Amino acid sequence: MHLRAWLWVLAAATTAGCASAASQTTSSAPSPRAEAAGTAEKASVFAADPFASTYQPLPSRTTLIRNATILTAAGPVLHNASLLMRDGRIVEVGTNVQAPADAVVIDATGKWVTPGVIDTHSHLGVYPAPGVDALADGNEMTAPNTAEVWAEHSVWPQDPQFALALAGGVTTMQILPGSANLFGGRGVTVKNVPARTVQEMKFPGAPHGLKMACGENPSRVYGSRGRSPMTGMGNVAGYREAWIRAQRYRDEWKRWAENGADPARMPQRNLQLETLAAVLEGEILVHNHCYRADELAVMVDLAKEFGYRISSFHHAVEAYKVRDILAREGICASMWADWWGFKMEAYDGILENIALVHEAGGCAIVHSDDASGIQRLNQEAAKVIRAAREAGMGIDYEDAIRWITINPAKALGIADRTGSLEPGKMADVVIWSGDPFSVYTRAEKVFIDGALVYDRNDPRLQPKSDFMVGNERKEVVS
Amino acid sequence: MKRAVAVASVVALLAGAGTASGQTIAITNARIHTMAGPVIERGTVVIRDGYIAAVGAGVEVPAGARIIDAAGKVVTPGFIDSGTQLGLVEVGAVQGTVDSRVRDDRITAAFNPADGLDPQSSPVAVTRAEGITRAIVAPSPGASLIAGQAVLVDLGAETPMEMVRKSPAGMVAVLGERGSQLSGGARAAAILRLREVFEDVRDYMVNRRAFETASRREYSLSRLDLEALVPVARGEVPLILEVHRSSDILVALGLAKELRVRLVLAGVTEGWMVADEIAAAGVPVVINPLVNLPNSFQELGATLENAARLHAAGVTVAFASFDAHNSRNLKQAAGNAVAYGMPHDAALRAITVDAARVWGVDDRYGTIEVGKEADVVVWSGDPLELTTSVEHVIIRGREVSTDNRQKRLFERYRHIGGPMPTAYSN
Repeated sequence: MHLRAWLWVLAAATTAGCASAASQTTSSAPSPRAEAAGTAEKASVFAADPFASTYQPLPSRTTLIRNATILTAAGPVLHNASLLMRDGRIVEVGTNVQAPADAVVIDATGKWVTPGVIDTHSHLGVYPAPGVDALADGNEMTAPNTAEVWAEHSVWPQDPQFALALAGGVTTMQILPGSANLFGGRGVTVKNVPARTVQEMKFPGAPHGLKMACGENPSRVYGSRGRSPMTGMGNVAGYREAWIRAQRYRDEWKRWAENGADPARMPQRNLQLETLAAVLEGEILVHNHCYRADELAVMVDLAKEFGYRISSFHHAVEAYKVRDILAREGICASMWADWWGFKMEAYDGILENIALVHEAGGCAIVHSDDASGIQRLNQEAAKVIRAAREAGMGIDYEDAIRWITINPAKALGIADRTGSLEPGKMADVVIWSGDPFSVYTRAEKVFIDGALVYDRNDPRLQPKSDFMVGNERKEVVS
Repeated sequence: MKRAVAVASVVALLAGAGTASGQTIAITNARIHTMAGPVIERGTVVIRDGYIAAVGAGVEVPAGARIIDAAGKVVTPGFIDSGTQLGLVEVGAVQGTVDSRVRDDRITAAFNPADGLDPQSSPVAVTRAEGITRAIVAPSPGASLIAGQAVLVDLGAETPMEMVRKSPAGMVAVLGERGSQLSGGARAAAILRLREVFEDVRDYMVNRRAFETASRREYSLSRLDLEALVPVARGEVPLILEVHRSSDILVALGLAKELRVRLVLAGVTEGWMVADEIAAAGVPVVINPLVNLPNSFQELGATLENAARLHAAGVTVAFASFDAHNSRNLKQAAGNAVAYGMPHDAALRAITVDAARVWGVDDRYGTIEVGKEADVVVWSGDPLELTTSVEHVIIRGREVSTDNRQKRLFERYRHIGGPMPTAYSN
């Protein structure tokens, strides 16, 4: 039986078995609510999402932005160009777009327009501000494999840092667990909209991520407790052992489905192995924290041994040393522009890292991993442009814009829906006060699914978290 | 009087350390931000024996001078990062390479990190290559709310001794949440502790002989710490208080007045809320203008407009990275201060002349004026812009190398896949 087919048998079986005692512990059917919204991916039992997205775009109007310089992330820069959005989608981008009668027209003379900025690596909500212990929920440092935990169950939607990232043009981000563990848990991709619940933020249909971590962090955290992993070799043994169990788990469910999916004989669910099995099925994307070139190469082989794909390496401070391998394997690298030296595995960081990965034909991404940096991913990209130009590399704005838009969308599995300004895509759009790679430029208006969700010149369109209510500060009069 | 002479001679000794180059350099056709007057649109800077020999639009190039044609380029004084751990750290998480703090609370006021400086450390070369030529190197709070002494360093020097240009430049202490932690758990306890410290220091100053013969009451500090704090009590060395909450800032201003010490405020996240009070007290601030996260309850007022508002109120503002590896991003921080309302000239001042004023070295550094030490940088354009390159870095009259480990690694990996491993290149 084709793999896809047996998964559907399985989904049907678990739905049908809802009343049975055996399935009391399962709730693996796709959420009716998400299905009704027409957004749920068809997922196997392993990737079923009981905490489905309830995201609804905010109210939008048909909007035409005109006289702008537009970086589409899908082609050459357009001068004196227009962008039309309707019903949450991009309708048209070009130099000859007519304004529909009902359109709000924004004159963007002197301004630049880009896709909304996307960050593959954020801890907003799981490491919120204020950084008090009670809210520091991003790292389940209790065992080297916590693939069973989901970052979304730690996300505090009232983190005021979401609004700050929005003011930096960020429309979508993946929120990941921390990197203490070999398997840190599932990451969640969200639209950066103010919300009461994480479900209201979840990007409809975006696959989960699985945070994996190489190197110093897991071996330091667990080695210092006198347990495995204490070393790099302990790390790799830990991954392999887990993937062996995951394969067996997947096969057990597969056999069960092939043998009639008898609810009375349903295998015991295991949340940890469920996540790993979903990776093996290609339904959860691996996001692998890994700095050193030699470790990146080992992780590439590890993925081949067990038949899964790595969607993106994260941090990848030494990606430039193995950029040929990354390009050949089609693995993205989410990197900082210039972080280095804070620990041994970050010692060889160079300013050209991102540009070199790009030049080699790889999928280069500027990520933040930081609540301050996420507000200025465009500036981080600009620093790389400078370094690349000094090195005589042919890097243009058209290249650099991809590092913070379409490439991260690709790594998150949502590039068919957002990340570039092309007709039919979600209208996730930023109007910048000028050249987005200038230090003096600021995001002026941010649209998510066509809705104006941030306007620098209109305080009514500057969201504020509950936490900041009554905590606004003003000049002290003495 | 005797003491003043002694202090002056120490400073002179430090200033005279090292050998300035005898070479004469003329930077011509440049747009010059002298930081001591209007921008010179197309001028010349002549550097001789380590000092600025001439600057202006109609300056002649001396015979034999090495000429740097800076047509279309921008020239500024070398930038000052007013808070770093440069020279004290190589790899942040490698304990043996970090010398910025002590956990021995007997010596924390006396702790002067200068003896641990390494001018060869890679963050120094990386930072210098980005046009930052001087830095305040400050200890981080260790076991005591008085962390130790900050020193002003030159990032072009070859030896630790030449690196230090003013020592001490300040005495670092911390209030607010961290000060509370280090004082038993309450903010007021930290204030009480500082009062006690300065009462003891002042008593010690007039009873040294009795102290030496153990016929004076016990002090709350070791002899070394008392000695180290004497110049602070005399107002010769500023007390640098790290503080963030607006109420803590007001308390710090009052405390400095009460203790009769010269104050520099550092951090100052909510400074804009009490900017008028800071200005009225004549107290300068050292801030990182990129701080805008409400990271703690003492920083709820964090905003990217902090720098602009403090400046507008008349406060002397200097910028700091409060870092080592990321010190080079000081320019980006200054650029963002401009994006959020600070005049461009004021942001430049915050990393040149105003920083020099805060640290009391503006008589010899921070502007391009005749007689000043020649720290000069040639930029491809606006120095605060992200896509601008550094073209020449001159420190005390000598063009310094902008090569560093990172550039070497890039060259090594510029092309990969050749027949021999990269280990055989450079």
